[in-house]
Amino acid sequence: MSRSIDQFFVSAKQWLLSWLAGSPSWIIQVVSSLINIFALLAVFLSLFALMSVLERKILARIQNRYGPNRVGPFGLFQPIADGIKMLIKEDIVPVRADKIVHFLAPVLIAAAAILALGIIPYGRNMTPFTIDGGILFLFAVGSTTELAVFMAGWGSNNKFSMLGAMRAIAQMISYELPLIITVLPVVMVVSSLTPDRIVAAQAGYTFGLVPRWFVFTPWGAAAFVLFFVSGLVESNRTPFDVPEGESEIVAGHMTEYSGFKYAIFFMAEYIGMFAISGLSITLFLGGWHAPARMLEFLPSYVWFFAKLSVLLFVYIWIRGTLPRTRIDQIMNFAWKFMLPMAFTCIIAAAVWHYAGRGLRGWLWSLVVIATVYTGLSMLLDTRRKFAPRVYRFAE
Amino acid sequence: MNSAAFIIIAIVTLAAALGAATLRKLMHAALFFAVAFVGIAAFFFLLGAEFVGLALVFIYIGAVAVLIVFTILLTRRDVDEDRGFNWGGAIIAVAVFGALAWSVLKTQSLAITAPHMAALTVKRIGEALMTTYVWPLQCVGLLLTAALIGALILVTEEKQ
Repeated sequence: MSRSIDQFFVSAKQWLLSWLAGSPSWIIQVVSSLINIFALLAVFLSLFALMSVLERKILARIQNRYGPNRVGPFGLFQPIADGIKMLIKEDIVPVRADKIVHFLAPVLIAAAAILALGIIPYGRNMTPFTIDGGILFLFAVGSTTELAVFMAGWGSNNKFSMLGAMRAIAQMISYELPLIITVLPVVMVVSSLTPDRIVAAQAGYTFGLVPRWFVFTPWGAAAFVLFFVSGLVESNRTPFDVPEGESEIVAGHMTEYSGFKYAIFFMAEYIGMFAISGLSITLFLGGWHAPARMLEFLPSYVWFFAKLSVLLFVYIWIRGTLPRTRIDQIMNFAWKFMLPMAFTCIIAAAVWHYAGRGLRGWLWSLVVIATVYTGLSMLLDTRRKFAPRVYRFAE
Repeated sequence: MNSAAFIIIAIVTLAAALGAATLRKLMHAALFFAVAFVGIAAFFFLLGAEFVGLALVFIYIGAVAVLIVFTILLTRRDVDEDRGFNWGGAIIAVAVFGALAWSVLKTQSLAITAPHMAALTVKRIGEALMTTYVWPLQCVGLLLTAALIGALILVTEEKQ
């Protein structure tokens, strides 16, 4: 029974494909891909709509107010109203803008974000597209976002846009390094770049109790935190949302966008957030595996989306709690703390592997992480007390 | 199916390369350059070399193309200026094309159908890098580390 519920979507797809039995194999292949793409878009666009209203609700709760509560029960139909508003707004393109580049930037950024969703295993046998180097695919697609942001900034022909794009690209490039390096320990331990293999390697329980997720090893926990912070930066979320700091540079690279194009930027940001969260679940949080043996009766995709919603809640929580950092603080943090810690994770994972992957390895890798962490924090502690700010460049 | 894909990718890549070489606006040329890289990556995908294709997208779109647009943005003021026909560039292009065409025509093995190879997996590339090619790999790593440190030294503020 639970088995058939677990495989419900897989069998539904096979049932749909059975209508095509007898047609040439390439037609079946194309239709099968189309079904995957359609399902992905349907799920994640509705998740985006839900997330936009939930984010406003939770932020409102944190800030002691009601939030949207007029449209539908508890304001749940707010995204529909927002969508209609965005659609019927006037689409303004600046006269001096580069029309084609200005138009293509949101298209490219949305395409990159949606493509990244394609390789994440959402449940047992539920990876939309299995690629040998799946993890690399996600990063390759994600790296085109930088070019799209640049196109948006340059194509708008606006100083705020250009400055915002520069900031965005600077921080994205800086944090791409820790983001990728923190993935390496997992890839090393699993010895595969395929997301399915990485999830399969995290099956089972230690002592029949603690799941074998990588987040429960010292190197995995450290790498997960670093990965999560880098993910925050890559998706331009608070506290790292300097590219669109509205009190400083209007809306960054999105300044000259209005109506539906702006909505697409917004959507791409959220979809990118889903992709990064999905990847961190795949890499560190055991993918679609249940956290305990007695909970395995729930279908695998339920667990994936449960973990996803927890991570998304943390995103919103952080946004409601932390103020925005300065750009120089972000860069310093990336190069002086994130990068050395990311390299330490690789060493700790190697120590864990060679000490037998058991309790001994666990303790030794904890020692490595703790030593480097303490050393780094002593080194970076400037003993500087808070003083009035000195403006070097803006007198 | 495969040859149709080949023709489509070839047309897109060549058109993008042509655009990169001829467009008046330097920024447009740089963006077309990026499109050409995507086309080349698609070729690798078509040939079953997924890793190389992905690495190409990753490095050439994510890093090289961004580097190019930044260099254009930060160094030139006359981005839109018409500089006339570039004879030196044309001569170099013809020379490179001639050399490439000559070597392609000279190569005998292209006429023979390649023996069927197992799909080049990431694992096999990794094993080759870590065993046969470990010294070149270490040298490249050293070079890149040196470049990184050099870049850091260049941008460090000098203290009076």
